[in-house]
Amino acid sequence: MKLLNKIRSLSLGSTLALLFLTVLWSVPTVGLLITSLRRRDQAEVSPWWDALFNPLNQAWSIDAYSNSLNQGGMLESLVNTLVVTVPSVILPLLVAANAAFAFTFIEFKGREIYFAIIVGLMIIPLQSALIPVLRAMVAFQRATGLHLTGNFASAWIIHCSFALPLAIYILRNYMLSLPASLIEAARVDGASWYQIFWRLVMPMSIPALASFAIFQFLWVWNDYLIAFIFVGEQKSVMTYRLLRMLGQYGEGWQDVAAGSFISLILPLIIFFSLQRYFVRGLTAGAVK
Amino acid sequence: MNPLLSDILFGLIAIVIGTAVTLGLYWLLDRVVQKLPVKIRERVKSMGFLLPAATLLLLILVLPLLQTVVWSFMDKKAKKFVGLQNYIDLFSSADFLSVLLNNFLWILIVPAVTVGIGVIFANLSNNVGPTRERIFKSLIFMPMTISFVAASTIWGYIYVNPAQGRPKIGLLSAIVEFFGGTPQNWMQIDAGRLNSFLMMAIIVWLQVGYSMVIISAGIKAIPEETIEAARIDGANAFQLFFRVIVPQISATIMSVFVTVLILVMKIFDIILAMTGGNFNTNVLALEYYTQFIVFSNLGSASAVVTILLILIAPLMWLQIRTVRRAESMR
Repeated sequence: MKLLNKIRSLSLGSTLALLFLTVLWSVPTVGLLITSLRRRDQAEVSPWWDALFNPLNQAWSIDAYSNSLNQGGMLESLVNTLVVTVPSVILPLLVAANAAFAFTFIEFKGREIYFAIIVGLMIIPLQSALIPVLRAMVAFQRATGLHLTGNFASAWIIHCSFALPLAIYILRNYMLSLPASLIEAARVDGASWYQIFWRLVMPMSIPALASFAIFQFLWVWNDYLIAFIFVGEQKSVMTYRLLRMLGQYGEGWQDVAAGSFISLILPLIIFFSLQRYFVRGLTAGAVK
Repeated sequence: MNPLLSDILFGLIAIVIGTAVTLGLYWLLDRVVQKLPVKIRERVKSMGFLLPAATLLLLILVLPLLQTVVWSFMDKKAKKFVGLQNYIDLFSSADFLSVLLNNFLWILIVPAVTVGIGVIFANLSNNVGPTRERIFKSLIFMPMTISFVAASTIWGYIYVNPAQGRPKIGLLSAIVEFFGGTPQNWMQIDAGRLNSFLMMAIIVWLQVGYSMVIISAGIKAIPEETIEAARIDGANAFQLFFRVIVPQISATIMSVFVTVLILVMKIFDIILAMTGGNFNTNVLALEYYTQFIVFSNLGSASAVVTILLILIAPLMWLQIRTVRRAESMR
């Protein structure tokens, strides 16, 4: 009995501590959310917690959201971000799945060494490759007249390439857990590697593909550097637009706050609906 | 046509064509491999799956990386060699030494704090029932979905301190005032690197969820018997934690530490958004950005990245070693 009580009190203490921490962790986001929903004249003269403690005495409004979407250009940026993101998720998935398949099931010379190199490349900072790639693309443009920079294609290529090491690593880890006997049996039945990959391994790898897809989605969606350097101003994505709005203090916090939440909606939906896969992807990516 | 609509349409078409082309490429590669004589086919059969990935990695990662290192020994326009001049210039400027000091602080503080808080949170969350644990974890984890730029907006609003006479709307200023202090322009105070520490708090806020989730999974994987045995031997909560649990999750803690460390080395968006690197807050990744974007100095920007790479290199070695060890245990 004594032990049981002790466990209970421990749990109560932990619950209170957790409650406090949750509130603490949520304050920054809640503060900005409330600000984005207040009328501008009020948000500028009183702090947001006034509105929180006295919600009935407030003029709530969604003006900031419509401002930010229309005049602020966030709607356009939302579309641009989507166009940058979706192919940047699909392409590396396909390319990495193929490579991971070869690394898992097909014997070839130097497999271990190549894989070690890929593991090493996982932590190479993006910055280390950007300038030469940008210059090569510009040279390519001059030579062929085909424009790679200033539009989405360059961002797709870069995001895809830089996602590959981690994607190959995660997918291979998962494929190693698939029953090898099944692949053996398919080989004996005369299936080609190509068939085994598409009919057997890809369908079985869907959980790992999903976790990586979520991970990559968030990464590309929230990226600033690549979008800034390779896509630039004409097709500005949301992070780019937000950073510029943030620089212009005169606009007031309202529009930037609303803009931030607009940029957050899709990631939050994906996060809360696919949390299981997300956590699994993280655990798989952590090199233990 | 409405430009928005045409963008959407363009995006959709690009997605369909891009996927089709990629799929077609792999199909074609398979056809080519199949057509080869058996002897060669046996040797290149993996190529059908590897070639596109290898090409991209080589062209977009490896070769540019080497190019960057070479350019770090060249002038502003990457036209002629200047030897070690870029490095000499960097290391003889007081500003750059301050950049290194900041980087050092970030590296020293952020990963350790993130891991420490993560361990505490993971432990607490393992004490309550599954429902509370799930809700708590979701909410602590949520900031991971927020971009660095949006996080800067969120925290910028906490740290804001409007001009004299204007209403105080920043939370930090309000709290300081409540305790009898004087509100300041927080982001401009570099005494004791206060502004850097305030920005580190943002990263900790963003990353603790990650650290908590991974460490919590690690704690749950500990065999129950070891904990039971320690309890029977009369270990108290602290002994149990530091002598039994921590040693068993040290590999997990290490991996979280390294992941956050790598992230911290690359981070620049937050500092760019909050101070632009002014008031002594600059770090290597932002210095690269400034050298490249603001000064168009390719040599110097490349040298900054190369220094970053040298700092990261030991981690790469560590990473490869840990993976190899894990592989051999399979």
